[in-house]
Amino acid sequence: MTVASTLALVLALLLVAIAAWTVATRRTFAAVEGFVAYGLLLSIAWVSLKAIDVALTEAAIGSGLTGVLLIGAAARLRTTEAALSAERPGTPLRWLAAAASAAVAGAIAIGVLSLPDPAPTLAPAVLEHLPSIGLGNAVTAVLLAYRGIDTLLESIVVVFALIGVWSLAPDRVWGGYPGPRQYADPNSILAYLARVLPPIGIVVGLYIFWVGADLPGGKFQGATILAAMWLLAMMAGLADAPPISRTWLRILLVAGPLLFIAIGLAGALTAGAVLAYPEGYAKLLIKVIEAALLPTLVLTLALLVAGAPERTAPR
Amino acid sequence: MSVFLDIFTVAAVSAGAFFFLAGIVGLLRFPDTLSRLHALTKADNLGLGLPRAGGLLAALKLVVVWLLVLLASAMVSQMVARVARRGGSPS
Repeated sequence: MTVASTLALVLALLLVAIAAWTVATRRTFAAVEGFVAYGLLLSIAWVSLKAIDVALTEAAIGSGLTGVLLIGAAARLRTTEAALSAERPGTPLRWLAAAASAAVAGAIAIGVLSLPDPAPTLAPAVLEHLPSIGLGNAVTAVLLAYRGIDTLLESIVVVFALIGVWSLAPDRVWGGYPGPRQYADPNSILAYLARVLPPIGIVVGLYIFWVGADLPGGKFQGATILAAMWLLAMMAGLADAPPISRTWLRILLVAGPLLFIAIGLAGALTAGAVLAYPEGYAKLLIKVIEAALLPTLVLTLALLVAGAPERTAPR
Repeated sequence: MSVFLDIFTVAAVSAGAFFFLAGIVGLLRFPDTLSRLHALTKADNLGLGLPRAGGLLAALKLVVVWLLVLLASAMVSQMVARVARRGGSPS
């Protein structure tokens, strides 16, 4: 066995072990930790499969952002956790859940194993037409040119998710500041980090967004890094999230998807199909759409973590 | 020349792996939070730093990554230690 295949085997075994542990552990917090570690290992697996775009997204969104959201949820559940874990579901219910999970896993396994070899792929066709779009990164081309409708719906879904989080607010603080106000010692190590890291993080985030046209990267990954920098400043008490009733905030939240829809509809007139780009303008329009989606995504991702409004806005 | 580079690379990577191993043993065996933290961060810093020195030729990017990890691990260990000192640690 070669070194590479040994490493791949170890990685696969670790992934299965962490996944099993995440499911088996009784403590919510430990399960979240397992989930984050699982996501990071999974992104290493994607790197070893040469799917750098997927690895970046997995590390940023799958493990990072979802991990933070789950940690917040676990912290909220802590007071009721003892009562919840004392109350075990009955044996028939647990067997039923196990049977349903095994059936789903089995169905997926049969589906994957019965794929013809080589699996059907459109990758050569995408690569062949890549020059006509003007992009160097095939993943970005697929996301914004061939499967534009998916990306459009994705960018709308995250805004809906944010509205869902906001709608958990009690009436009296509706329109107020999200989450509790963070107070930290201005001389603390966290405040120091929140001053040192954002300049670096903002440059890296914008670079990853910009380079997405030709190399692995893109708006989602860049937006996660930028949102993380904003959240760091919020946690250190150096910045506060805006009240959710601010007009500029609401405009920015819908501006990205609206511009995407507008350009998509304009494609019906100029290129003959909705979400098609006129000849020669594809790269420009894709970058415009991505640039408009970036602020939407940064705000959405950061405010998702900041949570539902808990403090009233100043009159 | 390339033989020396290879020897240097193997030595540095092995030393890095040793520090990682020592750090993990410390993490698993040390009695309390603060000494576990000590084992983890000290070993991680060198463990990550030495393999970096091993790949000297394509290294500038890795130097920056290493510096960022140093910053992050120093900060995180400080914050974990603070929580542990205030008595927030379960064991």
